[in-house]
Amino acid sequence: MSERKLRLVGVGALVLLALLVPFLFGPYRVGQFTLVLAYAVAVLGLNLLVGYNGQISLGHGAFFALGAYTSALLIEKADLHYLLTLPIAGIVAFAVGFLFGVPALRLRGLYLALVTLGLAIALPQLIKRFDGLTEGTQGLTVEQPTSPSWLPFADDQFLYLLTLLVAAVMFVAAWSLMRSQVGRAVKAVRDGEIPASTLGINLASTKTRVFALSAGYAGVAGALYVFAIGFVAPEAFTVTVSLAFLAAIVVGGLATIVGAIFGALFIEFVPVYASDVNDALTGVIYGGVLILFMYLLPDGAVGLLRRIGRLVARRPAAPAEEAEKRPAVAPPEPGVPAGKA
Amino acid sequence: MERFIQVVVDGVATGSIYGALALALVLIFRSTGIVNFAQGEMAMFSTFIAWGLYAGGVPLGLAVLTTLVLSFIAGLLIERGLIRRFEGGQELTLVIVTLGLFILLNSLAGWIWGFGTRSFPSLFGDGTFTLGGVRLSWESIGIVAVLLAVVGLLFLLFQRTKIGLAMRAAALNPESSGLVGVRVGRMLMLGWGLAAVLGALAGVLVAPRLFLDVNLMGSVLIYAFAAAALGGFDSPIGAVIGGWVIGVTENLAGTYVDFIGADLKILVPLVIIFVVLLVRPAGLFGTREVARV
Repeated sequence: MSERKLRLVGVGALVLLALLVPFLFGPYRVGQFTLVLAYAVAVLGLNLLVGYNGQISLGHGAFFALGAYTSALLIEKADLHYLLTLPIAGIVAFAVGFLFGVPALRLRGLYLALVTLGLAIALPQLIKRFDGLTEGTQGLTVEQPTSPSWLPFADDQFLYLLTLLVAAVMFVAAWSLMRSQVGRAVKAVRDGEIPASTLGINLASTKTRVFALSAGYAGVAGALYVFAIGFVAPEAFTVTVSLAFLAAIVVGGLATIVGAIFGALFIEFVPVYASDVNDALTGVIYGGVLILFMYLLPDGAVGLLRRIGRLVARRPAAPAEEAEKRPAVAPPEPGVPAGKA
Repeated sequence: MERFIQVVVDGVATGSIYGALALALVLIFRSTGIVNFAQGEMAMFSTFIAWGLYAGGVPLGLAVLTTLVLSFIAGLLIERGLIRRFEGGQELTLVIVTLGLFILLNSLAGWIWGFGTRSFPSLFGDGTFTLGGVRLSWESIGIVAVLLAVVGLLFLLFQRTKIGLAMRAAALNPESSGLVGVRVGRMLMLGWGLAAVLGALAGVLVAPRLFLDVNLMGSVLIYAFAAAALGGFDSPIGAVIGGWVIGVTENLAGTYVDFIGADLKILVPLVIIFVVLLVRPAGLFGTREVARV
C-alpha cells in the first residue's frame, strides 16, 4: 500500500472512530470526548500560528476565554440561540486577535511570546475586574444545548455530534487553507522572512491575519467549551490553559492538522488520571513531555505515525516530501510569489 | 508629598528586585541568545530551598548563602545537561524547552513543598526609620544596596577579570573565541550559573514582600521581562534602570490610578513592553539588531 493510501485509511479510521464514540461510551466519557473536540479546535488554531507560521503565542488561553465568555454572556444575558453565539465568539476573538496582532506582530518571535504570556497571566484578574459583566469569581452558569425532540439522540450524544460537526468544518477549513496559495505563503514566512518578503509576501499582513485566524479558532473552541461545561469562571482560564495548548501542539506534532486531535486527547486525559496520583503530576508530565519531545520526537505523534507508515509502505523517505513536512530543517520554499496564477 | 516619596522609594526597592531578575535574563540572552522563560521558576525553586534550610534551623544568612551556591551549581548543570543540545537551534525549540522547564519546576516545587503559602523572613528585619518626615524601611534600603553591590561585582567580573573577558568573547563570537582557546561551552555554563544566582537573590529578596508559594515569581517574571525589554535585552545597566522605572511606574499607577488598583498592576508592565517595542524595539540601552541578507 502506498503512503498516501495509508494516510487516507488512517484518517478514515479516525473519522469512523470519532463517529462511533457517543454510541460506545456512557455520558461521562462522551462529555470528556466532547471537550477533547473543543480543545482540538483551539489546538489546531494555535498550530496554524506556531507550527505553520512560526510565531509563538503563549496566550491562546486568553482568546479561548474570550470566546467562552462571549458565548456565555450572549446566551445568558442576551437570550441568543446558542448556535448563533458560535460564529460571534469566533468573530469577536478574530477581531480582538487582529487588533492585538497589529502592534504585536511587528515584534519578533520572542517578544510576541512575552507579550502573550503576560496576557495569559493577567487574564483571570481582568475577568474579575469586569465583574459587573462577568460575575467575577463566582462565574456564570450557562444553559447547555439539549437534543431537539426530532433527533433520536440523548443530550450528551447530541452535544458531542454537534461539537464534532463544528470541529470537522474547522479542520477541513484549516487543511484546505494550508494547502492553498495562502498556506504556502504562511509557511514561506516561517521558513525565512526575508526570502518570503522578496517574493512579494506582505509579512506584517500575513502574520497579523494568521494570528487573528488562530485567535478566531480559539474563540470558537471557547464557545464549544461553554456548551460542553455549562459554566465559566476566571479560575478556569489561568495561564495553565495556554501552556496546555502549547504542550498539545508539541505532542500532536508541529505543523500538522491531525496532530491537534492527539494533542487534545493528551491534555484532556492526562490531567484526569494524573490528579489521582498527585495534584502536581499533570504539570510534571506536561513539562517533562515538552522537553522530552523536543529531544526525541520533535515532530510529535503525527511524525511518529508518518515514520511508521513509511516503514509499512517499505519505501525510503521521499526527501521532497520530508522537507515540506518538517519546519525545523525545511529550506525556504522557492517559488511562492503572491498573486502567481 | 510624603506618601508620594514613600511610594517612589518602595517602587525603587521593588524595581531593584525586578532588575536583579532582569539581569539574570540579560546574562543568558547575551551569551546564548535565549530568553529563559524558566528563570523565574528557577528562582522560586531556589527560594524554597532557602526556606527549607531556614525552617530546618539554619540561620537565615547562611541558608541564603548555601542556596546561592546550590543555585549556581544547578544553573551550570541545567545549561550543560539540558540547554546545550538545543543551543544555536530554532528559537521555537528553545522557547518550548525553557517553557517545559518552567512548568516542570513549578509542579515539582508544588509536589515537594505543597501549594500552600508561607511567610519568608526578610534579610534586613522589619525595622523602619524616618528621614525628613518620610518613613523608610531598612528592607527597601537593603534591597537597593544589594542590587547595587551585585551590579558592581558583575561590572568588575566582566570588565576587569580574564574570565569576564572570555565570557564576553564567547558571547560575542563563539567560533573565533574557540579558536583562540576560550572554552566557549564552559563560559556559557558559567553564564547560566551566574544567572541562577541572580535569580535566587531576587527570589529571597521578593519572598518577604509577597508570600512564598509556587507562583511566587509568575508576575515578577513579567515585570523582569518588561524591565529587560525597556532597558534593552542585551544591556545589563539597561536591565537595572528598566527595573527601577517599572517598579516606580507600577507602584505609582497602583496607588494613584483607581481603575488599576492592586489587581491590575500586572497590566502596567504589559503596556510598557508594548510601547517600548513599538517605539524603540531595541530598548533604551540595547543595540539594534542588524540582519544580514
